Amino acid sequence: MTRLTYREAVRQGLRSALAADARVFLMGEDVGKYGGAYACSKGLLEEFGPERVRDAPLSESAFVGAGIGAAIGGLRPIVEVMTVNFSLLALDQIVNNAAAIRHMSGGQMGVPLVIRMATGAGRQVAAQHSHSLEVWYAHVPGIKVLAPATVTDARFMLAAALADPDPVILFEHALLYPTEADIDEAPGQGTFDAWRAAIRREGSHATIVTYGGSLGKSLAAADELAREGIDVEVIDLRSLRPLDTNTVLRSVAKTHRAVIVDEGWRTCSLAAEIAAVISEQAFYELDAPVGRVCSEEVPIPYARHLEEAALPSVARIVAAVQETLPCKTS
Amino acid sequence: MTPALAKAHAQHLLRQMLLIRLFEEKSAELYMQGKIRGFLHLAIGQEAVAVGAIAALAADDRIVAAYREHAHALARGVSPGSVMAEMFGKANGCSRGRGGSMHLFDVAHGLYGGNAIVAGGLPLAVGLALADTLQQRPYVTACFFGDGAVAEGEFHESLNLAALWRLPVLFICENNLYAMGTALERHQSMPRIHLKAGAYGIESAVVDGMDVLAIEAAVGLAVELVRGTRMPYLLEARTYRFRAHSMYDPELYRPKEEVERWRARDPLATFPATLREWDLLDNDGMRGLEVDAATAVSQAVAEAEAGPWEPISDLCKDVLAPLGAAS
Repeated sequence: MTRLTYREAVRQGLRSALAADARVFLMGEDVGKYGGAYACSKGLLEEFGPERVRDAPLSESAFVGAGIGAAIGGLRPIVEVMTVNFSLLALDQIVNNAAAIRHMSGGQMGVPLVIRMATGAGRQVAAQHSHSLEVWYAHVPGIKVLAPATVTDARFMLAAALADPDPVILFEHALLYPTEADIDEAPGQGTFDAWRAAIRREGSHATIVTYGGSLGKSLAAADELAREGIDVEVIDLRSLRPLDTNTVLRSVAKTHRAVIVDEGWRTCSLAAEIAAVISEQAFYELDAPVGRVCSEEVPIPYARHLEEAALPSVARIVAAVQETLPCKTS
Repeated sequence: MTPALAKAHAQHLLRQMLLIRLFEEKSAELYMQGKIRGFLHLAIGQEAVAVGAIAALAADDRIVAAYREHAHALARGVSPGSVMAEMFGKANGCSRGRGGSMHLFDVAHGLYGGNAIVAGGLPLAVGLALADTLQQRPYVTACFFGDGAVAEGEFHESLNLAALWRLPVLFICENNLYAMGTALERHQSMPRIHLKAGAYGIESAVVDGMDVLAIEAAVGLAVELVRGTRMPYLLEARTYRFRAHSMYDPELYRPKEEVERWRARDPLATFPATLREWDLLDNDGMRGLEVDAATAVSQAVAEAEAGPWEPISDLCKDVLAPLGAAS
């Protein structure tokens, strides 16, 4: 076991990928000399050189598009976009090229590209640096979306993304970078599957479905509920596209109650999609309406108390779970 | 004075231009019959650019084009039947009926689309050139786009990136004076497009886009320079489309006299005349080329008509790689 921060785990993942395959290179804003806006690539320029750890100008569309072209040309680029907010400048390349080219070309070429970006709020950096737009990408056929919520996933999901022949976007919640955990440096062959949801806590009274930066809050809520004798199962989706709906549906069949925790805005959210899947495929298993805890419908504000009020909180998750239960405690 | 131009080569260029012209005239006809649907952008009038430029590329060089790209596909040697079948939406189309007129792909011929987002192909071309550079391959990527693309941020981002990273991209702007219906001087504060390259330290030139030999020569020089220096280059070809922007365009934005003025410079009229003057073409030769082109077009239509439809059960095929496929 090794004790690592999430940030170090991302870095180890990058280092392993660069060392393992000469076709892999990292490119993005400030990934080289600066060491990455979130310090994820610190030291990699010195280790792998400027051709493979490539500082790009502030041209999201051009360098993401160049990543697409380079992937088609036989390389395995890892493109870092500083945050999901800035990825909107490259949305055209991601949606109209990366996601569409395999189909649009009649299967002649795929785009084995990995794009990493930070997401999420909680650092008082206001509306243009705080959004959770994972669902925008999870909406699009032709791309895959991963959300590593744990240090182990931060360490090993990148390899899974690189092994995939199609474009994969990795969302790293910015609040997770300093979190720490003991991880097994070499999970056994076949035991690590990035595309399956994980049951992070077993329980029998209700299911919380969540991902990314909301996993910690969901587990804290489950702990709090446990003190009231409410036994909650917590599912970490991990892959947002494709969705591992089986794991969700199996859990709902066991607990008959579901609450979805999603830092995205409620309207047209990933939480809405999960709720729809549950109502379509597990309607008769439900003993209560599906609950959703999402961000308030507001551009994320700067002031600390307003930002906190806008985001899913442990208290709101606890209340939402209680709402699904027959003997409400509040 | 007769230039040292092989008769066979001159006739090859003319044959290609004729093929494109007849192919596109037929396409317009088939569009009116409802055989071809969607958007159809014809390059009639601009044939010399694609033909001259692609003649100057090496077989392994790569091509990224925009949505007026039948000419580039045909000039590159993509089978006319597979292009026509693509426009019919048939399974024997070069993109299996998934792309249509605007998304012709043929990787075997180095044609990487067919991109219908204006300037969307430029970053892709930069990436292909990056891949070739990092893998020490000698190819040049020729990236075709229109004057409208120059207004997009991706044009500027891509030129900067290509120059900054010394990537072998030959940017070829087919300046036909209109971004759809907006005239160049109504969308560019500084309409001399080739000069914009200077801002990125990129060499550039302007060439007569109605003169296939001038284009071939200019692209020949440019490709040599790009291949040698591994620096990008911008060539602006001044050309004109004789037909509407697309089949939906009522052409209210440009004067008839202007169209007539450019039609007088039709490369399909001027180039044969030049070849006759140089004794490289006679009446029989011209007739032979016309018959060849017409036959190729009929053959293409027959292939498209005979082609099968992709089964609906395959609708979602090729959205992602098959399960278990390697990266």
